[in-house]
Amino acid sequence: MSGTDRELVAHLMRRAGFGATQDEIDALAQREYEDIVEDLLNPERFTAPEEDVARRYWIALNNPDGPNYPAYWIYRMVNTKRPTEEKMALFWHHLFPTSAGKSSDPPSSNVQIETFRRNALADFETILKDLARDPAMIYFLDNSDNHNGEPNENWGRELLELFSMGVGNYTESDIKNAARAFTGWTFTQPIPLDPYARYPSEFLYLADDHDDEEKTFLGETGSFNGDDIIAIIVKQTATAKFLSRHLYNFFVADEPQVPAWDNVPPLDQDAIDTLVKAYMESKGEITVMLRALFNSEFFKNARFKKVKSPTELVVGTVKIAGGMKFPEPGHTGMAAATAAMGQGLQLPPTVEGWHTGKEWIDGGTLTERVNFAVNQLSDTSADSTRKLVESLSAGGTASPTQLVEACVAATGCTNVTDETRSALIESATPEGDLSFDTEAATESSAARIASMLQSIVSSIEYQFA
Amino acid sequence: MVTTNGKAPTLVVVQLAGGNDFMNTVIPYSNGLYYDYRPTVRIAEETILPINDELGFNPNFGALKEMYDAGNMAIIQGVGYENSSRSHFRGMDIWHTCEPNEVATEGWVGKTIRELDPSGDNSLTAINFGRGLPRSMVANGATATSIGDLDTYGLMTGVQAEQQRTQALDLFQRIYTPAIGTGPVQQYLAQTGVDVLRGAEILKKGIAPYSSDVEYADNPIAQSLRDVSRVHIADVGTRIFYAHHGGYDTHANEVPTHPKLLGDLSGAINDFFQDLRDHNASENVVMLVFTEFGRRVQDNHSGTDHGAGGGAFVIGDRVNGGLHGAYPSLNLKDLEFGDLRHTYDFRGLYATLLEQWMGVDASPIVGGTYEQLPLLSRA
Repeated sequence: MSGTDRELVAHLMRRAGFGATQDEIDALAQREYEDIVEDLLNPERFTAPEEDVARRYWIALNNPDGPNYPAYWIYRMVNTKRPTEEKMALFWHHLFPTSAGKSSDPPSSNVQIETFRRNALADFETILKDLARDPAMIYFLDNSDNHNGEPNENWGRELLELFSMGVGNYTESDIKNAARAFTGWTFTQPIPLDPYARYPSEFLYLADDHDDEEKTFLGETGSFNGDDIIAIIVKQTATAKFLSRHLYNFFVADEPQVPAWDNVPPLDQDAIDTLVKAYMESKGEITVMLRALFNSEFFKNARFKKVKSPTELVVGTVKIAGGMKFPEPGHTGMAAATAAMGQGLQLPPTVEGWHTGKEWIDGGTLTERVNFAVNQLSDTSADSTRKLVESLSAGGTASPTQLVEACVAATGCTNVTDETRSALIESATPEGDLSFDTEAATESSAARIASMLQSIVSSIEYQFA
Repeated sequence: MVTTNGKAPTLVVVQLAGGNDFMNTVIPYSNGLYYDYRPTVRIAEETILPINDELGFNPNFGALKEMYDAGNMAIIQGVGYENSSRSHFRGMDIWHTCEPNEVATEGWVGKTIRELDPSGDNSLTAINFGRGLPRSMVANGATATSIGDLDTYGLMTGVQAEQQRTQALDLFQRIYTPAIGTGPVQQYLAQTGVDVLRGAEILKKGIAPYSSDVEYADNPIAQSLRDVSRVHIADVGTRIFYAHHGGYDTHANEVPTHPKLLGDLSGAINDFFQDLRDHNASENVVMLVFTEFGRRVQDNHSGTDHGAGGGAFVIGDRVNGGLHGAYPSLNLKDLEFGDLRHTYDFRGLYATLLEQWMGVDASPIVGGTYEQLPLLSRA
């Protein structure tokens, strides 16, 4: 038994989850890489986060109309023992971005995220069929206004363009016929729930409002209903390619933005081919695709090749600081923080979702990222600083270089360049070695550790996952 | 070009996201076809604010009609392009990059910034208010600032002790000094970090003295335009401002939602220009209001689907107000797959603003020569 390189474990946990603490990495590094991957892909091996405790502290969560779900979701991301389940729920939210901003029914928006979580690692056909029945999506793309004889194309178009195949793989006529196949797919009006708001809506199929005439879709003809359309879509190689590229962009390395995909080739065609093969052979099993992805060399070699999404930055930083382990106050600030960095959960900018990679960064969002991370690590009593005080004081004193190395390791920011490393060491040099021999000395060393952590998480390198 | 208040011409771009329904904004109220096509999503004739015998404004556009009546608002009718994309993503991309046939990475505003400030000396040359830069403002070598909250803009603002903050900022500056040999994304990050540092200091000083008698409404577009006003009045060298107004994708429930958006927009723009006039700062400002496409001519009994040709507005003291271009025909045979056929290419509109207002050669920016409109009068 040889275990796994700590750097590789850290990489896997940043991508398949939201990062890991030093203690977690130490424990995982004792195990074989493929076994860690299997645990991630089999979330049922671990207990799910308990929602009851959160609800006792965050009473507002009990109001299903409250805007608190993103904050609770972030709390789950920080604490879950099933990180890939939560990461995939976020992936589906990226791929099927639905804005609660348009909906007047927040409970349905929250149920949608719960569906994404339940289907985190399902097969793509199940995922699309549940999506087509999801009241928040039906409302968001106006399928409730898609009637027999008066089709509304919004859902039909986006299903093909943005959710499954991508531009260039179907015609305008396929869109019209897909829309017709989904006529009559709507939802129930939500039932009032006293004293709070209402229950979530439920899917409703109105046979009377369904266009049962013959339709031709992607070369096949029949009196198709919505499920038939999805069954045809998931057989297409275009679907396998589109989903593979999304997974690659989300888990491996930053691709160009989605609208360029029909004429800009993938960064790594072999990687896409591997994922497409996994899709076609397994009939769209996400677990099979992710197993191929995480165990591949292209994944293992892609360290720090992605700009962290705001959610990754926020959750990863909170984990490093050791915060939010309990339902403490301040959780709504976490949701506001990702929104300020350009990723409001349940509030994607458009149905096309978020632009990723370099486009996460501009002057405004960089400011938000830096300020958030700096604020999270300001407290000298936070786990991040406390543990470093413990380890650095073991040697009696610590040099500026030891300080920098320990803080780089603690933040997982092992990609710091030589220039950055020298700048950090030089900034710590005028104050000399850290000492821990008196309470005052320990306190002052703790403050220096916190400052060093703050400088590292405000660096360029820290922006990469 | 110099304006009579001695200041450089400035452009404010307001992007209406989702596809504004031009037919319910500037309404062909005396055309019977309008009522045939719009059995549900129609504006009652008696509430329309007439512009002439054929066209009238949405009743919620009253504040802008005042500006129109004063001769400060141009309506550009039928703006669009050949084979209009019905996709938001692609449609907005085409408007941003002036490139309908392939996916381009550089935007028209970004290229203009590069002309105005070729060595990127002032990161405040162009400012976006909102989260994330729009594609239109991105171009290699162009620096632009994006501000979420003008009042808290700055780095390490949570570090309390002044000395500690200064040290942290010094170290930040050193770490973010663009280094040769790192990747393009790293270099972009480095430049962004340095720009933020400098821009934040200048803005903080600049906006401090602002005060105004105008009470902006509490809605996103009014608050964004208030921020534009504060920075414009601060006079920190900004030539292009960019603001967003979302929610125009009215497939459903258009009757109550669309007029509300137009009311917010109209009030915000009127307040904005009033604020500028009060500060003797309006004369060098021209505003462009655009959207990615118009909406389907026929309603879907609740809203309208994605369409093609639409309309834009150009507003300001130096604007030749009135109707420009031709309202697209509503006759069935003239429609493009059920949508208004554009009568004027949007790249001509950009070229007009770039050449007649900003004093920049337009053809390399918009990718060719397009018909310009007589929209602006020089001093």
